[in-house]
Amino acid sequence: MTLGVLPDVDSAFQEIKGNALSHWKELWAGKEPVIMVGTATCGRAAGALEVLQAIREELDKAHQNASVIEVGCMGHCYAEPLVIIAKPGHPPIAYGYVTPEIARRLVRDYVLGEDLSLEFALGALEKNDLIPSIYDLPRSTYERRVLLENCGRINPEDIDHYIAKGGYEALARALRMQPQEIIQEIRSSGLRGRGGAGFPTGEKWDICHNAPGKPKYVICNADEGDPGAFMDRAILESDPHSVLEGLIIAGYAIGARHGYIYVRAEYPLAVQRIKIALRQARSLKLLGRNILGSDFSFDIKVFEGSGAFVCGEATALVASIEGKPGLPHHRPPHLATRGLFGKPTVLNNVKTLAYVPHIVRNGAGWFSGIGIKGSKGTAVFALAGKVVNTGLTEVPMGTSLRQIIFDIGGGIPKGKRFKAVQIGGPSGGCLPESALDLPIDFDSLEGAGAMMGSGGMVVLDEDDCMVEVARYFLEFTQRESCGKCTMCRLGTKQMLEILEDFARGRGELKDIDVLAELAEDIKAGSLCGLGQTAPNPVLSTLRYFRDEYEAHIKEKRCPALMCHDLIAYYIVPERCERSCDACVGTCTVEAIFSNKKRIKVIDQEKCVKCGTCLNACPPQYHAVTKLSPPDKVPKQ
Amino acid sequence: MLKRFGRKKENLVPILQQIQARLGYLPAEAMLEVAQFLGVPETDVYSVATFYNQFRLTPPGKHSVRVCLGTACHMKGGYIILDAWKRRLGIESGQTTPDREFDLDTVACVGCCAMAPVTVTDKKVEGKVSPTRVDGILLSYKIKNKEKASQ
Repeated sequence: MTLGVLPDVDSAFQEIKGNALSHWKELWAGKEPVIMVGTATCGRAAGALEVLQAIREELDKAHQNASVIEVGCMGHCYAEPLVIIAKPGHPPIAYGYVTPEIARRLVRDYVLGEDLSLEFALGALEKNDLIPSIYDLPRSTYERRVLLENCGRINPEDIDHYIAKGGYEALARALRMQPQEIIQEIRSSGLRGRGGAGFPTGEKWDICHNAPGKPKYVICNADEGDPGAFMDRAILESDPHSVLEGLIIAGYAIGARHGYIYVRAEYPLAVQRIKIALRQARSLKLLGRNILGSDFSFDIKVFEGSGAFVCGEATALVASIEGKPGLPHHRPPHLATRGLFGKPTVLNNVKTLAYVPHIVRNGAGWFSGIGIKGSKGTAVFALAGKVVNTGLTEVPMGTSLRQIIFDIGGGIPKGKRFKAVQIGGPSGGCLPESALDLPIDFDSLEGAGAMMGSGGMVVLDEDDCMVEVARYFLEFTQRESCGKCTMCRLGTKQMLEILEDFARGRGELKDIDVLAELAEDIKAGSLCGLGQTAPNPVLSTLRYFRDEYEAHIKEKRCPALMCHDLIAYYIVPERCERSCDACVGTCTVEAIFSNKKRIKVIDQEKCVKCGTCLNACPPQYHAVTKLSPPDKVPKQ
Repeated sequence: MLKRFGRKKENLVPILQQIQARLGYLPAEAMLEVAQFLGVPETDVYSVATFYNQFRLTPPGKHSVRVCLGTACHMKGGYIILDAWKRRLGIESGQTTPDREFDLDTVACVGCCAMAPVTVTDKKVEGKVSPTRVDGILLSYKIKNKEKASQ
């Protein structure tokens, strides 16, 4: 394959771009209002499809024409379902927490009428003199959106929207460059892999470019298996073309003709939107034979992973595409020299590839101007757990954890106290308050016992038990261990059993030392990242929250009142209002009865500790409480 | 169905996925046939089918219930929701109710952590589930069944 470029690449692209722009302008310049509904999976879970239906019905009823568009996720998941309404003459306004009823009202009052309905608004999407914009929210001081820029603002199922926003321009430019020039550009931008390990992307490409053997392959790793992380899903569902463009450029740079996107089957909507994107890119000759009239040909296949966490590991992923069970093998040889079907292969994370078009378009200097030394560019995080503004955020590298959790995330809900942040998934660790001022980059967090990982952040408050967190992750890695390495297969099982004993109040102090010892052995005796990092959640919680472990062992008490076997629900008789039956009515197992004084009592034999009564008891009485250890409950 | 695929070993997982999409599970006969078609040992097919969490070897129920146990869901009470489903359906995770109406399983993470705890019933993602919501979902299935029966 020669990589010489015919001169008409540019004119071919300009024609495509011209068409896309005229569609885009038509959409916004028309007299019809534009209504966008965020229907990524998070929006759907909150009821976005019902909202969409309500909007369509209400418009039909009024015989009003409007462009109703499904968009992806803006990252404000806490406020889902999200609706954006743009009327000619007004800035687009985003409305949050929309129910079908509110949606109908918005159509009647704002789309048909003149009432801006600002009581439901999150803010305008453009700065203006009239309406506060979302850029006035405190979080936007810290945010810097590169990958998330288009998310929630364009229709992911319409390639013209992406092109109108500057998409595929980088591809057209790349095709006029020599592959080595592109690799050099990526190298000098300082881009490091966003899957967790942080390997310099330019270097990886260079090794693969120079490796002998053909054909070469590029694979996009969209097997986002870390529980608690959903950045890749959101990007694939909201802006799939940015990933495709990055993958095509990577293919051109290393000299590959075939690309794969390895995506989890648990993400059906992402799979569907990628497939639509591939079809559209092919029809515009941005993918397939002779891309944009050049003599570079490249095509992409989608491979659906089948629910094995270890397949996120590079060699296991490759084995899985080859039709084998996803067992990792020893490296070297690295994939870049001996990968898929034994050929040189580049494997990059979704976000890594999505940065590529931005770097080619804006130059390496632009990218390396963001972030700090050693960690360039931005980082995308998924905030979940006990934090007010759950969702996605993108910040320059070097931003502190405190800024992300408290300034962007809005802190802990219900006035509770912050306890820890779990970062990096099953390979990461839990960091306490004292570590919150650490800058986020590839290297700082490792010193503190965690890692940046792919970017999942789960915030924990005073009600979360750290022993339970450690047990949860061990249970996960234990189940997902592929079984190849003895230490990983059996060692994690031993650790899990010890932690289960702790959680049931059956542990002994000397078990803590056994845990630490096992942790070191597993780290040393495992081939792949899954095993090497599996003990991290235990080690980091032991390091920062040893007192909680000791309470479980010595006092058989769970300080956070979470461990199922160590707590009991109890209704404080003095606080029970007596005439209120809220708890009795909601108890799912009919374990609550009224005594002679009509005070409510929980039958401890029947109680399944689901906590429904605690939520049902009106806050002014606050009579239902949790006690630990359970024998604290007085005899009644 | 097999005709649509080439006789290459790398098609094994896609073929199994296709069979499961069609039948809901992987019957032993189907796996034998796949092994013959691809010319690989039967144990290879079995090892792949049992390695990946997605594949099931027993027939599913009419409706699927998948309780998410990702980190955020777990910390927000996903295990309590799983308990509630087990209690109401009278089965353990990984089993199907005797009347073949529901099958219950857990999933590592569906990526809706902001809406935790999450349960996926059939293809619908339910966010912020509570034990009482579990009862509500079951009731809505019951009502739908009744409506169908009366029609």
